[in-house]
Amino acid sequence: MVPVEYYTGLSIILFTLGAVGVLVRRNAIVVFMSIELMLNSANLAFVSFARNYEAMSGQVFVFFVIAVAAAEVAVGLALIVAIFHSKRSIDIDQIHSMKG
Amino acid sequence: MFFQETLSQAPQFFGLVPWIVFFPVIGLLFNIAFGKKILERGPAGEKIVGWVASIASGLVFLVSVLLLVSLLGHPEGKTVPLAEWIKIGNFQVNWAFQVDTLSVVMMLAVSLVGTLIHIYAIGYMHEDVRHNGDPGRFGRFFVFMNLFIASMMILVSSDNFLMLYVGWEGVGLCSYLLIGFWYEKGEDGLGNALAGKKAMITTRIGDVGMLLALFVMFWAFGSLDFHTIFEKAPQVAQASPGIILAITLFMLVALTGKSAQLPLYVWLPDAMAGPTPVSALIHAATMVTAGVYLVARSADLYILAPQAQTAVALVGGATALFAATIAVGQFDIKKVLAYSTISQLGFMVAAVGMGAFVAGMFHLVTHAFFKALLFLSAGSVIQGVERGEHHLAHDPKLKKHAKSLGHEFDPQDMRNMGGLRTRMKTTFWVYLIGAIALSGLPPLAGFWSKDEILAEANQLNVAVYVLLTLAAVFTAFYMARQILMVFFGKPRSAAAEHAEESPPLMTIPLMILAALTVLGGVINLPEWHTLEHWIEHTLGAAVHKAEFVMLVAVLSTGLSLLAIVVGWWIYNARRYEAFWAEPAARRPDDPLRRLIGPLFDLWKNKYWVDELYWAVILNPYIALSRFLADVVDWRFWHDWFHDQVLVAGFNRLTGLLAVRIDLGIIDGIANGLGKLAQRAAATLRLAQTGFVRNYALSIFLGVVIILGYLLLR
Repeated sequence: MVPVEYYTGLSIILFTLGAVGVLVRRNAIVVFMSIELMLNSANLAFVSFARNYEAMSGQVFVFFVIAVAAAEVAVGLALIVAIFHSKRSIDIDQIHSMKG
Repeated sequence: MFFQETLSQAPQFFGLVPWIVFFPVIGLLFNIAFGKKILERGPAGEKIVGWVASIASGLVFLVSVLLLVSLLGHPEGKTVPLAEWIKIGNFQVNWAFQVDTLSVVMMLAVSLVGTLIHIYAIGYMHEDVRHNGDPGRFGRFFVFMNLFIASMMILVSSDNFLMLYVGWEGVGLCSYLLIGFWYEKGEDGLGNALAGKKAMITTRIGDVGMLLALFVMFWAFGSLDFHTIFEKAPQVAQASPGIILAITLFMLVALTGKSAQLPLYVWLPDAMAGPTPVSALIHAATMVTAGVYLVARSADLYILAPQAQTAVALVGGATALFAATIAVGQFDIKKVLAYSTISQLGFMVAAVGMGAFVAGMFHLVTHAFFKALLFLSAGSVIQGVERGEHHLAHDPKLKKHAKSLGHEFDPQDMRNMGGLRTRMKTTFWVYLIGAIALSGLPPLAGFWSKDEILAEANQLNVAVYVLLTLAAVFTAFYMARQILMVFFGKPRSAAAEHAEESPPLMTIPLMILAALTVLGGVINLPEWHTLEHWIEHTLGAAVHKAEFVMLVAVLSTGLSLLAIVVGWWIYNARRYEAFWAEPAARRPDDPLRRLIGPLFDLWKNKYWVDELYWAVILNPYIALSRFLADVVDWRFWHDWFHDQVLVAGFNRLTGLLAVRIDLGIIDGIANGLGKLAQRAAATLRLAQTGFVRNYALSIFLGVVIILGYLLLR
């Protein structure tokens, strides 16, 4: 049985990749994918700990996260399409009309 | 005995006494409400207005007679309360009428003379308002006259000093209103108004004395009721005689104002500016005697203060002689009578001052008769001359002659009269009766009362006796002078030549008064002493028994006759006409001047008392008030204190508040807050880049910091 530290380590690596991706990438789709990556790293941590402690609540959480992520993707992709529609670009550095 | 018994069973009318005030008030209210409407009917309306007022006054006389009848049965009198007025703790003052033998004497005299004068005034004012060109004032005159009767009745019938004071001021007000009745006439169109003002202010000075007397009485006795005060007076006098002396001397001050005695008499001659019935009623017969009544009423106080009595007697005696001499040098028919009134008031004041209260009251009553008679006859003379003048001005043949008279004609100047004996027969005879009574020749009323005063003075105070006897001599002289100048000789002006007798409405009251003047003495003849016994019921022990002294009577009568003879010698028709025929430039204004020269000047100019008052009191007073008004009030208070200190200081303070405090601090804080918010916003907006990744980075950094803190703490 693979020790829980390994899962945790993988989860950290994935989360870091996702976070860095969100911060450094300019393509909105890629940023989106990075967010999914962070969510899934969290899911991984949940299930690994759930298994480690033989508790169900972590796994239940994961289901919720997957459901919410799906909803989020639906909204997010719709937003990206709408932005593209008006700006002809999905480069998030070009979208700064909220600047104060 | 039987007579006494029937009287004591006689019906009592004491309850009617408030009507002596109510009747004239009803009369005046009627004339206020309907007078104007009624007067629009012309002469007939005047009759209605005048008779309403006269009947109101006549009803007062009727009530007074009923009270007299009641008193015959119950001479101790009665106090009739009407209403509670002031009640503070133990101190109480009521509206209450005191009916006793003293007050009823005053009521009878005032209402009888008042009624006759009211009736006379219907005729007199009919012409007076026409001569003066304002018929609308007819009603107002009678309203004032009724108001006067009401006030006088309050004065004489009150049972306490405060109510008496109300009447005292009420008659003063009526006097003021009636002196200034023709307020737009007189010197510079102001003279009459100024005369009214003078009367008001001068008597007001006296009234301060009255007020102070009231204060002292309240302080010393805790009451203002006659009854209480007179009862307690002997105890208080024993404990502290100064209090009684103070009260009586303050009352003397009040008396000198109201009864025109030295030194406050100066208003009375000027008061002749009022219509003649007013002079007769207020300034001769009734109001001016209020002071005499006051002393007689306060007899119980005066007998406890001999010094005050002496002071009152000396003031009266000095005034009697002083005014009598001035009357000799006057040319205005009413001014002579005015000074004569002051002189006769001096007789009364001297009498009550000496303690001869009955003699004073006796002279008050007879003087009311004969002086009212004289004044009303003088009014008749004046109007007769005015009618003559009017006749001249409207007769085409005589118009030229009237023009030659040129200057303004004075119908009151005795030098413009003469020879009226034949043109105004009735007036002449009644005037003669009044003059003889005033001169004190028997058997007219004036003789008995004057002689009683002289007899008392002879016994009580020799100095006053000498003063009064001299005054009586001068009285006879100036009356002789007046009669001879007015009625004898040839007319000295065209107006006098065409003078006409007055209508019966005026002459009938004159005849009644003449009858009273002839018979008035019977109320207190020697041996009978009717009035003395009558007043004894009220004043009790204070009444001094008067005795008829033959020597005094003969001496005074002889001296008066001598004065009349001297008067006739100087002013008889032949001599005076010869004097008058001399060129105007060479002859002096009066034949007497040739005989006594500067003394006549002194009398003609009234000892320059008015001028003295101007120089000593009025001018400094006016200068002081000017100084106060101009320098202190205007320059100091207004220009300096108000403008420089208050306004400038206020401006500076408000400037400070507005600029420094308001603009600087308050606005500064408000604006500073705004600026602060703006600046904070400008700074904070830099963080709002609009780049999503920046926000994400901040979130990460935040998470890292929080996590780092949680891990490392």
